[in-house]
Amino acid sequence: MVTEATLAREAMTPATPAQQLSEERLLQMYYKMLLARKLDERMWALHRQGRCAFHISGMGHEAAQVGAAFALRPGHDWVHPYYRDIALVLALGMTPRQLMLALFAKAEDPSSGGRQMPSHFGYPPLKIVSGSSPVITQVPQAVGIALASKYRGEDAVTLTCFGEGSTSQGDFHEGLNWASIHKLPVIFLCENNQYAISEPVHKQMAVPNLADRAVAYGLPGVVVDGNDVLAVYDVMVEAVARARHGGGPTLVEAKTYRPVPHSSDDDDRSYRSREEVAYWKARDPILRCEQMLAERGLLAEAKRADVLKRVMAEVDDATEYAQAAPDPAPEDALYPVFAPRR
Amino acid sequence: MATMTFREAISQALREEMYRDERVFIMGEEVGKWGGTYAVTRGFLDEFGEKRVRDTPIAESVIVGAAAGAAIVGLRPVAELMTINFAFLAMDQIVNHVAKLHYMFNGQITVPIVIRVVGGGGRQLGATHSQSPEVVFAHFPGLKVVAPGTPADAKGLLKAAIRDDDPVFFVEHATLYSVRGEVPEDDDYLVPIGVSDVKRQGKDVTIVSYSKMLQVALEAANRLAEEGIEAEVIDLRTLRPLDTRAIVESVQKTNRLVVVEEGWRAYGVGAEVASRVTELAFDHLDAPVRRVAQAEVPLPYNRRLEQMALPQVADVIRAVKDVMYIK
Ligand SMILES: Cc1ncc(C[n+]2csc(CCOP(=O)(O)OP(=O)(O)O)c2C)c(N)n1
Ligand SMILES: [Mg+2]
Repeated sequence: MVTEATLAREAMTPATPAQQLSEERLLQMYYKMLLARKLDERMWALHRQGRCAFHISGMGHEAAQVGAAFALRPGHDWVHPYYRDIALVLALGMTPRQLMLALFAKAEDPSSGGRQMPSHFGYPPLKIVSGSSPVITQVPQAVGIALASKYRGEDAVTLTCFGEGSTSQGDFHEGLNWASIHKLPVIFLCENNQYAISEPVHKQMAVPNLADRAVAYGLPGVVVDGNDVLAVYDVMVEAVARARHGGGPTLVEAKTYRPVPHSSDDDDRSYRSREEVAYWKARDPILRCEQMLAERGLLAEAKRADVLKRVMAEVDDATEYAQAAPDPAPEDALYPVFAPRR
Repeated sequence: MATMTFREAISQALREEMYRDERVFIMGEEVGKWGGTYAVTRGFLDEFGEKRVRDTPIAESVIVGAAAGAAIVGLRPVAELMTINFAFLAMDQIVNHVAKLHYMFNGQITVPIVIRVVGGGGRQLGATHSQSPEVVFAHFPGLKVVAPGTPADAKGLLKAAIRDDDPVFFVEHATLYSVRGEVPEDDDYLVPIGVSDVKRQGKDVTIVSYSKMLQVALEAANRLAEEGIEAEVIDLRTLRPLDTRAIVESVQKTNRLVVVEEGWRAYGVGAEVASRVTELAFDHLDAPVRRVAQAEVPLPYNRRLEQMALPQVADVIRAVKDVMYIK
């Protein structure tokens, strides 16, 4: 409930960016989060039915990703995502059809024409740069993209995302150091879901917060509740403004949880309790977004049912479309290894 | 002898060597609680404890570098990298250090580590999860490179690798783990590193291969036999040091050679073997050596494309017929 006390507090303090979001934008955030969730659920189901070879999920990360996407200028700013960023790329404007085409590795898959694994999102029209499977390699590249923006005198910022486990690699540390020295316009978003496959966070680092590592490189490090879409949005708006106006990079740590196995090749029952998973499911980012909207009177039952209906229609359409789409021709395997001759 | 999978054979080798020698321990991503990406070390954490089965952060360079450090001062680490593709993140440690320390310090240092990696494609894991670049690692003097193709060899070679005083890069093809075979259960069963093996006798043509492609070569040989062509199939087992004795003897008999590898043709195992055979048995060749290898592209994800790019049984049969001048 929005109590009188909170209303009074809001009246006294300057409004945060999230407080200035229109009802329409808030509902758009919710729509994208739910769309990502339902599309993701469908992908798991398709994998279980043996209709695709692999799926890796972004479930639980929707608030962190949508909060981040809404702070950017899609198509203007650069994004170098990682494999969990399904909600991020949907919020930026990729479509469920496109993502389903990639899942089935169809010829029309806009990321790679069936060459790359699914969830290795790439979409040049939206300045989404395709990543590769070795983890955190997007960080040095994002630094280079930001360098190019600065070099050309453009005001685009670069967002790159990664899991906390992969920050044990040198690439992370080397990239942050560089970006900070040169005050590059880049935001490093760590989606800390507390596991790297089976290894809990305490086996990956001895610091309580990943963001604490920013100190070592002289850039701001911010911890945010990654299951609160508006909290992430606020933090991201500030980081984006800093980057855009010459203030340099920010490390944002969105604390969240992965409520499903690591990928379709994993069974998470071998390394964590069902109670733990249930605890986090009760704090699901979509539930929390629904509560937030309901408190503001924006999500009555009828409205919610309507959103769900529209989301499911998109998911069904994408599934049918992609399944019916043609496979690449076998000889497509042979190109394009090199750039076309000029 | 017992019948077991390639996976069980590797597990058994590790377990036996850990019981035999206190200095042997395992470290890598996901080797503990998860039991390894391919379940090779399942149960090891309970059996040996955290001291000897160590889950590491995701940092391949440190996994190899720390293994090297521990080895230099007398331990015998088995470092596991989730896939051979991630060995590229440890390349400096492997190439500039592990492979060279013994030589650079005039033999005063040994680096007795085993780097276990999972290699190969064919499981729809995309270009950066599916490579077969063992030949790259075989390029460097000072590093032994082993790539077994059967459960028995996997066990005997891994035990030999752990007991070896040199660093050994040990390649396990992901699609071999469920292959079954007879495996000796003797605690001291070893297969010597650097010795190839004739896996099938034949008089008409020699097929040289290793790892997963050994199975492909054997399948091709079976089908060729139905057409009356008897292929001799030689398993290299070790890429460095490379044993050419069996190949030369075989070519002296068959006069025809096909080399089958899963990696790319350019600068590959086929190129090396063909070159050595022309040096050692040129007069015995009745046809140019043929190489069967992966198409020169990063391996695509889509199943049809992936299969198109990988060497298949039919490609081996075609190459054999080519060197026999059969249409
Ligand atoms: C260099 C490298 N080593 C290992 C892997 C295998 N791997 C893929 S995802 C993953 C865990 C990553 O954990 P984290 O960074 O926390 O991201 P999350 O999956 O939890 O989102 C590992 C070890 C890899 N892809 N790349
Ligand atoms: Mg994680």
